[in-house]
Amino acid sequence: MQNEPLLRVDGLRVEFPGRRGTLVAVDDVSFDIAPGEVLGVVGESGAGKSMTGSAIIGLLEPPGRIAGGSISLDGRRIDNLPYEEMRRIRGKHIGAIFQDPLTSLNPLYSVGRQLVETITTHSDISEKAARDRALALLQEVGIPAPERRIDQYPHQFSGGMRQRVVIALALCANPRLIVADEPTTALDVSIQAQIIALLKRLCREHGTAVMLVTHDMGVIAETADRVAVMYAGRIAEIGPVRDVIKNPRHPYTVGLMGSIPRMGHDAERLTQIDGSMPRLTEIPAGCAFNPRCPYVFDRCRVERPDRMAVAPFHEAACWKYADGVGHA
Amino acid sequence: MRDAAPAKPGKGPLVKVVDLARYFDVSPPLLNRMLEGKPRQILRAVDGVDFAIGKGETFSLVGESGCGKSTVARLAVGLYRATRGSIEFDGHDFGRMTRRQDMAPIRSRIQMIFQDPYASLNPRWRVREIIAEPIRAYRLLSGDRAINARVDELLRQVRLTPADGTKYPHEFSGGQRQRISIARALASNPEFLVCDEPTSALDVSVQAQILNLMKDLQRELGLTYLFISHNLAVVYHISDRVGVMYLGRLAEVAPARALFRRPRHPYTRMLLDTIPDMDMTGRQRMPVAGEVPSPINPPSGCAFHPRCPFANDRCKVERPNPLPHDDALVACHGVEEGRVPEGPIAAPRAA
Repeated sequence: MQNEPLLRVDGLRVEFPGRRGTLVAVDDVSFDIAPGEVLGVVGESGAGKSMTGSAIIGLLEPPGRIAGGSISLDGRRIDNLPYEEMRRIRGKHIGAIFQDPLTSLNPLYSVGRQLVETITTHSDISEKAARDRALALLQEVGIPAPERRIDQYPHQFSGGMRQRVVIALALCANPRLIVADEPTTALDVSIQAQIIALLKRLCREHGTAVMLVTHDMGVIAETADRVAVMYAGRIAEIGPVRDVIKNPRHPYTVGLMGSIPRMGHDAERLTQIDGSMPRLTEIPAGCAFNPRCPYVFDRCRVERPDRMAVAPFHEAACWKYADGVGHA
Repeated sequence: MRDAAPAKPGKGPLVKVVDLARYFDVSPPLLNRMLEGKPRQILRAVDGVDFAIGKGETFSLVGESGCGKSTVARLAVGLYRATRGSIEFDGHDFGRMTRRQDMAPIRSRIQMIFQDPYASLNPRWRVREIIAEPIRAYRLLSGDRAINARVDELLRQVRLTPADGTKYPHEFSGGQRQRISIARALASNPEFLVCDEPTSALDVSVQAQILNLMKDLQRELGLTYLFISHNLAVVYHISDRVGVMYLGRLAEVAPARALFRRPRHPYTRMLLDTIPDMDMTGRQRMPVAGEVPSPINPPSGCAFHPRCPFANDRCKVERPNPLPHDDALVACHGVEEGRVPEGPIAAPRAA
């Protein structure tokens, strides 16, 4: 954390204007990612984690739009760039990996053609050199016999192999940042472990920063350096991954950790957070978690908590920790 | 209502499956076979599986996609007919029954919960009608008043309120919909519930609610579960015994605690090694090498041999049968011959 941040998100707000009023999908979200760092973003469906990722790569689906705050990459603001300029940054400086590898690949083009096209778009090299680079990338992401596989089409690859191709595509231009949105969710457990190991290795070897969006705390525990826990469009807690998992501070994180079944933990019942996350149309006043929170008190129902320090580099947005009480 | 006292487990199996197999014909159309000389193709989704489930017990099947676990689930409720073998429920073998009336005496005693609570509830019916359907279909009660009272009771049993009965499925969240599915499954007073990935589509905090509910209901009603999942941690939490499936066969069957503490089959061990280390113990893990081969053309001998670090020539030709080892059944020549070492599998391979 001594490094200058590569990505800085500050007060990001994403809105969906609609006939019945405006929905706020991401509300005042701020975080940094340092070069070579993996930031995990975890939360349940509708928490706004994917929306944050889409805002960063500039691919929010209309009518969704960034309504406030800023996103800077390497000190340069990228949230207000014209479409064409953002398109050049995406791909060259920011790579994207999505959940379903089939939707990120064009079924009509061979894998090699898609790789070569991406490489030549972002760097000034010959077709031949691009093909060599494509072969090297396929090799690097662990596709056996790349010389034979490079001219095949996406449907000829299995799910795990397709996700490797997507990762190769994201790496084409040596991006500084990769936004990976649920990259292992569609895969079998054994393939999942392979893909996580691959992402980790690439990140280490290339010094690429990764924003890893997932609902799976296990994947975060394995991969991330820091983790941000999102709830109802906001970051509830952010901190070093070990700290957050072993010693969660926000009552939502505590409940979330307790609700995950674990091997070797012989609990008869799992911790249960009653109710479910509010819909975007009915986010309660004060702290969004207050109707489900076992520690709720009056202040939580009226005043929205901002993030406050609970430990070194570890912040939680919870009134329990106001006045420094939580430091104990 | 059935007696609330839970049945004692271990009083002889309620469900007994012997050499169960289900093949699917996935051949190209007849014309293509005639013109292009393509052969018939048979997919052996389930190929000789044996297990028994005691009354009040939770037996889980775990495995990766394509291992046949969902096919077993569908066989176990009679949605598919078996190609070979038998499924006995309380003494009735219904694996190969063809006629409706043969199934009738046991039909209402077996129910299923599906993975996707969005797809398994009729969006045009009110929740009360959805839950009442099995009661009406089996003519368990007559008269609207009695049926309504029973539906209210079922709604309360799954921790919803009678007022929820007048709503439509779209008004509920995923977890609440799964509660509705469970209420519908319970409506016919079943003894045996087959749950095919009931929490896979849910968020973890909601998954915890549903798993807790399922355990509570099991205790209250003495239910027997066949639980299908790909999530080993969920299986560990809910099961009494676990069967690990690989390409249509059982690799290992053991009590849940023993299986996870001391897995014996190399596939089980690899599968356990893929689970992320949430406790951050820094344990060395080994990603499983390779992928599950196609069940249309499975490897000879032991289907796992191409991915197994301990495979030898015998494994390539001879199919292993499940043999008892302490309280487990393990289908592995290596374990039988004692050439699979204990402890963590070494030789990590690059991803």
